[in-house]
Amino acid sequence: MLHRQLFLLCCLVLSTGCSIQPWVQPYERANLADPIMSFSRDPVSSAYLKHVYEARELARGGEGSSGGGCGCN
Amino acid sequence: MVVVVVTKRYVLTALLLLIQLSATHAAVLPEDRADALYHSYDGGGIEISGPSILVRKGDDTSFSVFANHYVDNITSASIDVEALGASQYTENREEQTVGIDYLHGKSILSLSHTNSAENDYVAESTHVGLSMDMLGGLTTVSMGFSRGSDDVFRMTRVDGVKVRDPNFAEQAERRTYQLGLTQVLTKSLVMAVNFETVTDEGYLNNPYRQVRYNNGGANGFQVENYPNTRTSRALGAQLRYFLPYRAAVHVSGRVFEDDWGVTAVNSEFGYSQPLGDHLILDFRYRVYSQTHADFYRDLFDRPDQQNYYARDKELSSFSNTTMGVTLSYEFIKQGWGFIDKASANFSYDRVSFEYENFRDIREDPDVSYNLGEEPLYSFTADIVQFYLSLWY
Amino acid sequence: MNRKIVSILFVSIMLAFSGHALASKVSGKAPNFTLKSNTGSNLKLSEFRGQVVMINFWASWCAPCRQEMPLLEDMYKKYKRLGFTILGVNVEENSAPAKKLLRSIPVSFPILFDTQNKVSKLYKVSAMPSTVLVDRNGNMRYLHKGYKPGYEKDYAKQVRELVRE
Repeated sequence: MLHRQLFLLCCLVLSTGCSIQPWVQPYERANLADPIMSFSRDPVSSAYLKHVYEARELARGGEGSSGGGCGCN
Repeated sequence: MVVVVVTKRYVLTALLLLIQLSATHAAVLPEDRADALYHSYDGGGIEISGPSILVRKGDDTSFSVFANHYVDNITSASIDVEALGASQYTENREEQTVGIDYLHGKSILSLSHTNSAENDYVAESTHVGLSMDMLGGLTTVSMGFSRGSDDVFRMTRVDGVKVRDPNFAEQAERRTYQLGLTQVLTKSLVMAVNFETVTDEGYLNNPYRQVRYNNGGANGFQVENYPNTRTSRALGAQLRYFLPYRAAVHVSGRVFEDDWGVTAVNSEFGYSQPLGDHLILDFRYRVYSQTHADFYRDLFDRPDQQNYYARDKELSSFSNTTMGVTLSYEFIKQGWGFIDKASANFSYDRVSFEYENFRDIREDPDVSYNLGEEPLYSFTADIVQFYLSLWY
Repeated sequence: MNRKIVSILFVSIMLAFSGHALASKVSGKAPNFTLKSNTGSNLKLSEFRGQVVMINFWASWCAPCRQEMPLLEDMYKKYKRLGFTILGVNVEENSAPAKKLLRSIPVSFPILFDTQNKVSKLYKVSAMPSTVLVDRNGNMRYLHKGYKPGYEKDYAKQVRELVRE
């Protein structure tokens, strides 16, 4: 039930969002492009820590992302 | 079953809508880089250390390939080993991953394959992922699918030599579905939401673990029996905020549940502070807690009390807290030969586990406990990482 | 269930990878602007009427922009005697990182500092980097969004076309 509502919400947000002009212009992304704002600044280290926890905790998944950053090209 | 089908229908509709409406816009491949990590874990009687090497190279236009080689050198005298009267063992696990990312316009298609092998466990998995930038690059939608299969063996001693038990060979299969959304909220704030569901099928327990039952006031042991399917769902979200004096803060959280009755919640807070031109200091604080699986019990009343029974501490109710720090030193900033950038990094994390219904049943020469009244188990682990990163 | 997922992913991938052009012909007068340059003096776009002008919007934090710079410098040196110039418009609020980058990737064409993003807004910059080619009469002719290795061949072809006019 939760998943259905979640996806409906996502689709709604994204479909209405598409007719809206981007509110952060490509030339305003200096802060977002800074390495300290990256979701994966040190991929090898993050992957290792993730493995340490997954081997000892029963929870898995739901942590990961792509995007953000400079949004160039 | 119905929920999963509905989910997929919505995903397809959303994608079709977005693809048609998104502006002509492109994305970038991950940076070319090489990382060499030395990792070390020490806690709960277990010491694991080894290297992890990652190399990534792209052609700047369409492709980026990467390979990772990871090794765990394990020396274990953990509570699981000691409680069953076994002795310390050493083991070696090696894992390799190769992958490719293909960029076209605003989409990146990712493919990767992973192989992992240790003396009693061989695993392989394949992953396919797709990520798309839209809304002027402010939104990234990603989906992923992984499929893995494991071969489970059990080591036994023959004439003092450790060999695979020829009478034991089991299999497990896993399927993972992911859906993610990254959204730029303001010039300084970005959010990521991620949903992941995993289904396992096959032999899902550890062949060495045993449950204990009350055998007339003493411990009786029996090999665990788990269900042969498991489905889990996790939903996580993260916010990253850029502070005007040049620092970054992040908060993240995840909720988890599976059909074994386990629910878990964890959250993390992190802060990154650049110091001068070359140094970055990161702090992180993480808390995790989970409730036990339905068929978990530290002490059963009698053997075969239920259809399924487990005493693996990973299935118990427990919580853990981590505090960690990373120091990065960028020693090449403006290029040196073919190297654009290079950093040396040191990281330390200290994690404390506290079990709420898993007891330490190791023999204590000083004290004798009644069955079921042994102290609850807890331990602390030190995690150290040294790594060198090169960008070229 | 597995086959459904695979076919959904496949369809999504096919749709996602539908081709599109990132360089296009544009028309209309190139809006005039005045910005402070790296020589310290102000430069106006209209001063360059009679020359072919390439306006390149860039930032120090943008990797494809940094990649493109040396290639723009080569093109500038090659075609400037034919009446061609490049104006490198830096879009950063704080010019310090850009000035620092120019010390390690020096260029001889003028760099202008659009610290208030007035010119970026005027040209409706919608990708980083963005390159606009303006002809000798001050009309916009070509627009390139983003940069990938190989684009410089298109730039050269278009510059050669415009200088011949």
